[in-house]
Amino acid sequence: MAHSYTPGLTVTEHTVVHRRRMLPLPGKVLVAVGDRVRSDQVVARAELPGKVFPINLANQLSVTPGEMKGYLTKREGDVVTKDEILAENKPLIKWFKTEIRSPVSGTIESISSVTGQVLLREPPRVLELLAYVDGTITETIPQQGVVVETTCSLVQGIFGIGGETSGDIVMAVHAQDEPLTPNHLTPAMKGKVVVGGSFLSAETMKQAKAVGVAGVVVGGIHDEDLRALLGYDLGVAITGTEQVGFTLILTEGFGTIPMAAKTFKLLSSQAGQKASISGATQIRAGVIRPEIIIPQREGQAKIATQSQREGIRVGDPVRIIRDPMFGRIGEVSALPSELTRISTESEVRVLEVKFADGKTVVIPRTNIEVIEGA
Amino acid sequence: MDRPLNVIVATDCGSTTTKAILIEKVGDTYRQTYRGEAPTTVEAPFEDVTRGVLNAIAEIEELSGRKILDGDQIITPCRDDKTGVDIYISTSSAGGGLQMMVTGVVQNMTGESAQRAALGAGAIVIDVLAANDGRLPHEKIERIRSMRPDMILMAGGTDGGAVTHVVEMAEYVAAAEPRPRFGVTYKLPLIYAGNKEAQPQVRKTLEEKSALVVTDNIRPVLERENLAPARNKIHDLFLEHVMQQAPGYKKLIEMAGAPIMPTPAAVGLIMEAIAKREHLNLIGVDIGGATTDVFSVFDGVFNRTVSANLGMSYSVSNVLAEAGLANIMRWVPFTIDEQTLRNRIKNKMIRPTTIPQTLDELQIEQAIAREALRLALIHHKSLATGLKGVQQERTISDVFEQQASGKSLIDMLKLDLIVGSGGILSHAPRRIQSMLMMVDAYEPMGCTRVSVDSIFMMPHLGVLSTINETAATDVFVRDCMVYLGTCVAPIGQGKDGELFADYQMTMPDGKTISDQLKFGELRLYPLESGQKASIKILPAKGVNMGAGAGVAVTKEVHGGVVGLLLDGRGRPLKLPAEQPARVAALTKWFKAVGLYPTASG
Repeated sequence: MAHSYTPGLTVTEHTVVHRRRMLPLPGKVLVAVGDRVRSDQVVARAELPGKVFPINLANQLSVTPGEMKGYLTKREGDVVTKDEILAENKPLIKWFKTEIRSPVSGTIESISSVTGQVLLREPPRVLELLAYVDGTITETIPQQGVVVETTCSLVQGIFGIGGETSGDIVMAVHAQDEPLTPNHLTPAMKGKVVVGGSFLSAETMKQAKAVGVAGVVVGGIHDEDLRALLGYDLGVAITGTEQVGFTLILTEGFGTIPMAAKTFKLLSSQAGQKASISGATQIRAGVIRPEIIIPQREGQAKIATQSQREGIRVGDPVRIIRDPMFGRIGEVSALPSELTRISTESEVRVLEVKFADGKTVVIPRTNIEVIEGA
Repeated sequence: MDRPLNVIVATDCGSTTTKAILIEKVGDTYRQTYRGEAPTTVEAPFEDVTRGVLNAIAEIEELSGRKILDGDQIITPCRDDKTGVDIYISTSSAGGGLQMMVTGVVQNMTGESAQRAALGAGAIVIDVLAANDGRLPHEKIERIRSMRPDMILMAGGTDGGAVTHVVEMAEYVAAAEPRPRFGVTYKLPLIYAGNKEAQPQVRKTLEEKSALVVTDNIRPVLERENLAPARNKIHDLFLEHVMQQAPGYKKLIEMAGAPIMPTPAAVGLIMEAIAKREHLNLIGVDIGGATTDVFSVFDGVFNRTVSANLGMSYSVSNVLAEAGLANIMRWVPFTIDEQTLRNRIKNKMIRPTTIPQTLDELQIEQAIAREALRLALIHHKSLATGLKGVQQERTISDVFEQQASGKSLIDMLKLDLIVGSGGILSHAPRRIQSMLMMVDAYEPMGCTRVSVDSIFMMPHLGVLSTINETAATDVFVRDCMVYLGTCVAPIGQGKDGELFADYQMTMPDGKTISDQLKFGELRLYPLESGQKASIKILPAKGVNMGAGAGVAVTKEVHGGVVGLLLDGRGRPLKLPAEQPARVAALTKWFKAVGLYPTASG
């Protein structure tokens, strides 16, 4: 077989990315095609409907739902303030008067003569959508959002937690195989994107939180430490909404794994530059991987084109992504077409990987990923 | 009536991989000839399910030498012997499958009926809301808002009964303004299948805020369920609304020559067909990357459950979270530290398409599979029940038997056949591995036949059966269903080495084998596919083969590619608590049946 397709991670100095920024519900787009935007700029706005508070007025008035309307002091669509009277009865003796007051400020959404329920809705909450990256608006989708284009360096991680943020890149270690320790983190790193090497311990995570870093990019962590950080065992890799104090991006995986030399070198070369990062990960049919986007300053940008990969080829740089050689990086040296029996007795498609020391190994094709953007 | 077809290409767009098979008419019969697979591409970065489909079909092209693709088009019908196919068909669970929220009035009555209707249609039920579910009204509303299902099924009340609680739930749903997972601008499909008296109010409350469809009540009277109309509406809306919004599905629908089915619905068709054709009580399982779907037919009653997030690829870590590390470790025949195992499982979660390259990795994956299978069956048992809340007529003979309504229909002693499907079972390097995974997870009792889908093609055949029954049946019998053999498992406990049962077997060649099964033993006898043997078992005191403690039982048992497995490990299966003893027991059992290369030499 000439080639096969295996999804890989992109690590590239120059590329053009488009980020689609969409509101979760229809709203208003605030920018136009061609506008230059900054990562923290609001590009669209929507109003999230407020919380709903149901009150069973019929029950509280001790009347049937059909009789309830006669007791109401408000109608559907009326604005109410907290503690304002919604309904009252008119007893002969004043002492027996019942007044039902609104528990919240908002509007009367509905009054049901079937269930006796009144639904109150709090005022809408304004939701502002940020540009996320410095760039140019190339498309606006009416009521929904925009597409931001930026010429940048791009590093895709393999897994992350936490949402979108930005900060200047700081290299905390000298080598890709050096673990990030609490001593590496200084108060000067507050609000920065800190790059470590091979490993981030639970202790260092605590320190990162205490310092107030915007994000940490590191080769690997232990699953147990992730569990301690999150407070629960992550069952499915769908992340991005966690609030643990910083955004975390793993470039390699779980365990102590040196960051790929190419990734470390690229991030080192961009130290001091502003990066937009996102820990959002979704691994299902396709994938959303965490990312580090470092927009290039005006005049710095080279012409970058992103070609669609068609498959693995001899010479491609690859990372082995399964034990027993998990995390090792080499180059594809052969792509035999026939099925090969491996030590589990499975017959699978394989490829040959050559390491820097000249040694070669045979690996199932599904157990490698191409380091794209080479 | 069957459509005349000679060459068929079928795909199943799974959560992780898209599997393609080629079926060709060879002489008078249909055979499955080539297969290919590729990563599914429904989500970013491709967001077009057809990319994965074309990649998987391209593999078939390369292997078969048949030209099927013309750029991004599938060539239909066949142009000549080596060009094109007569039809392309597909199933799909990509993008998380069909995710539904259901509502009812009483949680274990109409709530459960609604759940069964949705599960029966091949959906993943992400929540069941009911008037009595213990949540406060605003919590229910918040839940509906945050879950973002693909579709909502509302049930509740018997026809002619009270309408208040049904309308109340409709008001909550309306207040939540539910938004679908895909598409910002389209309205969420909502099926109302509750008390018909409440239809006008439900329409008034929900028509503006959702794409409302009203159908017959799923529980018209307390004693009867009527799930078919709601199920059919779910299928229709799945195709009309949900799939139209999923990335690339519009193109896929145009490419396919028949409606695209949710994968669990297609597998269910096959499972139901096997049970009906052979008059069997059956449990079927499809263990996938994201979900484990369990099917059962007992006394003609079909049930299906989809256990979301119990799977072997991106939800593998959830099996660890739900089962616990100790339960997974009990199946691993070596010592491994917790941290290493946890990291390995998480690495599989983030790189779900990888496969075990070493024997210990394979053993860990098969250990996880046992737990996923076990947990999914527990889930299935809890839903495959008789109707709850129904008054039961009792005779004097029932007085001493405390049987609640809503008892699980799954009776392991009545079970005739277990059918396994899905990557980990279909692609296990040795068939005995598939058999033992299912036996360990399900703990069949008495005599139970076990089979497996040879290369995972049941979804494809399920959808094929809707357009060409003959082709589906031919391929199913000849290429898909592999009978592994029969598991004979007495019920009881004992001490290792104690007599568990005496047995006498008459093999197909007339030879008789008389021996004793000791407690803690696992024995395997060759008995080929299509062959039958007669076995007489005399259980030891306190041990039961289904006819009562110590009562002898004679059965005719079927062979298979694995053979006849005598399981003397007792039921319920208890593994030694101490790690060294457990490793020793596992090693002994695995060696006895030649489970792994090291064990068999």
